[in-house]
Amino acid sequence: MAVLVIADHDNTHVRDTTNKTVTAALALSGDVDVLVAGKGCDAAAAQAAKIAGVRKVLVAESDELDEGMAEAFQALVVPLMANYDAVLTPATSQGKNVAPRIAAALDVSQISEIVEVVDASTFVRPIYAGNALETVKSGDAKKVITVRTSLFKAAGEGGAAGVEKIAAPGTPGHTHFLGQEVVKSDRPELAAAKIVVSGGRAMGSAEEFQRVIEPLADKLGAAVGASRAAVDAGYAPNDYQVGQTGKIVAPELYVAVGISGAIQHLAGMKDSKVIVAINKDADAPIFQVADYGLVADYKAAVPELMEALTAAGK
Amino acid sequence: MKVLVPVKRVIDSNIKARVKSDQTGVDLANVKMSINPFCEIAVEEAVRLKEKGAASEVVAISIGPSQAQETIRNALAMGADRGVLLQTDADPEPLAVAKLLKKVIEDEKPDLVLMGKQAIDGDNNATGQMLAALLGWPQATFASKVEIEGNGKAKVTREVDGGLQTLELDLPAVVTADLRLNEPRYASLPNIMKAKKKPLDVKEAASLGVDIAPRLTVLKVTEPAKRQAGVKVESAAELVAKLKNEAGVL
Repeated sequence: MAVLVIADHDNTHVRDTTNKTVTAALALSGDVDVLVAGKGCDAAAAQAAKIAGVRKVLVAESDELDEGMAEAFQALVVPLMANYDAVLTPATSQGKNVAPRIAAALDVSQISEIVEVVDASTFVRPIYAGNALETVKSGDAKKVITVRTSLFKAAGEGGAAGVEKIAAPGTPGHTHFLGQEVVKSDRPELAAAKIVVSGGRAMGSAEEFQRVIEPLADKLGAAVGASRAAVDAGYAPNDYQVGQTGKIVAPELYVAVGISGAIQHLAGMKDSKVIVAINKDADAPIFQVADYGLVADYKAAVPELMEALTAAGK
Repeated sequence: MKVLVPVKRVIDSNIKARVKSDQTGVDLANVKMSINPFCEIAVEEAVRLKEKGAASEVVAISIGPSQAQETIRNALAMGADRGVLLQTDADPEPLAVAKLLKKVIEDEKPDLVLMGKQAIDGDNNATGQMLAALLGWPQATFASKVEIEGNGKAKVTREVDGGLQTLELDLPAVVTADLRLNEPRYASLPNIMKAKKKPLDVKEAASLGVDIAPRLTVLKVTEPAKRQAGVKVESAAELVAKLKNEAGVL
C-alpha cells in the first residue's frame, strides 16, 4: 500500500507539520510520497525530498493551488488516489479546508485529527474538545486522514527522493481569490514553536498584552499565544488563539500568563511537555495542569521573571 | 435569495463530556443538549442577511432524533422562517449527513448553505466541505465575514493560519461559520412563542433513500490521560531555577 502526504509549505520552505505528517504516514506504509502543490515551489519540493523515509515528491503548480483553493486540490488529488490507499494532510486550516472535499469525492468517511496510528485502518482521535479519545476502524478502501501534528515527532532529514512534476487540472472557476492578509512575524510559528508564551484576559487591553507578553516571548525565543477570552476581547489577533477552536500546540515549554484555564484552552495546550502558569487566583483551573505554578499578579511576576531569566543568562 | 442552515443537536457546550465506563461512548443520558454553537452562529448570520434584505427566506434543517425539533425551534425563535427535520436515531457520519443534505437541497434549491464549521461532539470539521464537493459548489470555510454582493456572488473573509483570506464565490455556495463571524442573539420570549407556530416538516431520514450506513466502527472511547498538577513555586527566581535545572527546558 502506498500513502500520499499533502505538504504544508510556503513554496520556499516545507513546514515542520509536513515532517510530522510523514511520521504518521510511515506508520501506515513504507511507501510514502509527498505532494507539494503551489507555485514556484521548487525549493519546498527539494526540501521535501530530503525528509527521511519519503519515496517520491510530486510537484503541481497553478495559481489556484497557490491560493489554496479547495476545488483545485480536489481536482488534483482525487485522480492521484488511483495510485494510493491513503492520503494524509496536517490538520491546519488549509488541510481541514481541502481534505473533506477529497474524501467526499472519493465517497469515503474522513478520519479527522488523528493523534495515533494503531494500524493501517485504525486510528485514535480526540472528540468532545479532547475530553474523550475515540478509537475508530475505517471500513473504506481508501483513507482520507487529517493529522493533529503536535502529537507526532517530526521526520528528520536524510532522504534523497526523486522529484516529479505533474499537471495541475483546472477547476470550474466558481471561486475567485481576492486577497490574503498575512501577519508577518520574526517569531517562531505558534504551532511549531519549542516555547510558547500565552496571555489571557487578565491583560485587560491590547497595549498591555503587547507590553507584557511579547517581550517575555522574545526573551525566551518563543511564539506568542492567547486564550480565547483575550482574542474575543480584542487584546490579541485571531491567529494567536490556542485552544480547541484555535491552534493546538504541544511545545517543550508553555507559559500561561493570566489565563484561568477554561476547558476550551486546556484542550489546545495540555499536551505540552512542561506547563508554567502565572495567575493571581490560586484556585484557577490552569494550576491543575501546570507543572510549575506561580500564584502572583503578572504585573509583578513577569518583570521579575524577565530579570531572573537575564540573571540565568537568557 | 434562499438560505439553508443545517443545525445539529449536541451536548451543551458548558457541560463536560463524560466517558461511559464500558468505553462505548460519551454518556448523554440526562445531559443538557443544545444547538451546536457554530450552527447557532450560522443561524444568526442567515437571520442578519434576511434583516438586511439580502436573503428572502431562511430554512433550518436538522438530522437527528425527534428531540432535534427543539434545536430547530431554537433556530426558528432566532428568526429562521421554517424548519425541516430528517428524523433518525442513527448518528450519521459527516459523509452521510452531507448526502442527506444534498437530497434536500435538490428539492429546496437554496442559493446559499450557511453552516457551522464543526460540531462540538464529533469535532470532525468536514460536513460543509463534503456537501460542497457532492454538489460541485464552491466553498468558503471558517468565515469571519459574509457579504452578499447582489450579482449572484458572495464575498467571504476566512480565518486561515497566519491571517485572513478573502474569496468571492459564485452562488450557490457553501459557507461554514467560524467563531468570530457574529455573536448570536438570545431569542426573546415573544419570538420563542411565535416559533412554536412556524412550520416544521418532519420526515423519516430513511425515506430519502440515501445510504447512511457508518463507514467507521468505533472500537472504544476512553478518557485521555490526566495531567498531574505539579508544584507551586514561591518566586520567579525559583521558577527559572526549576525550569533550568529540573525540567531542562531553558
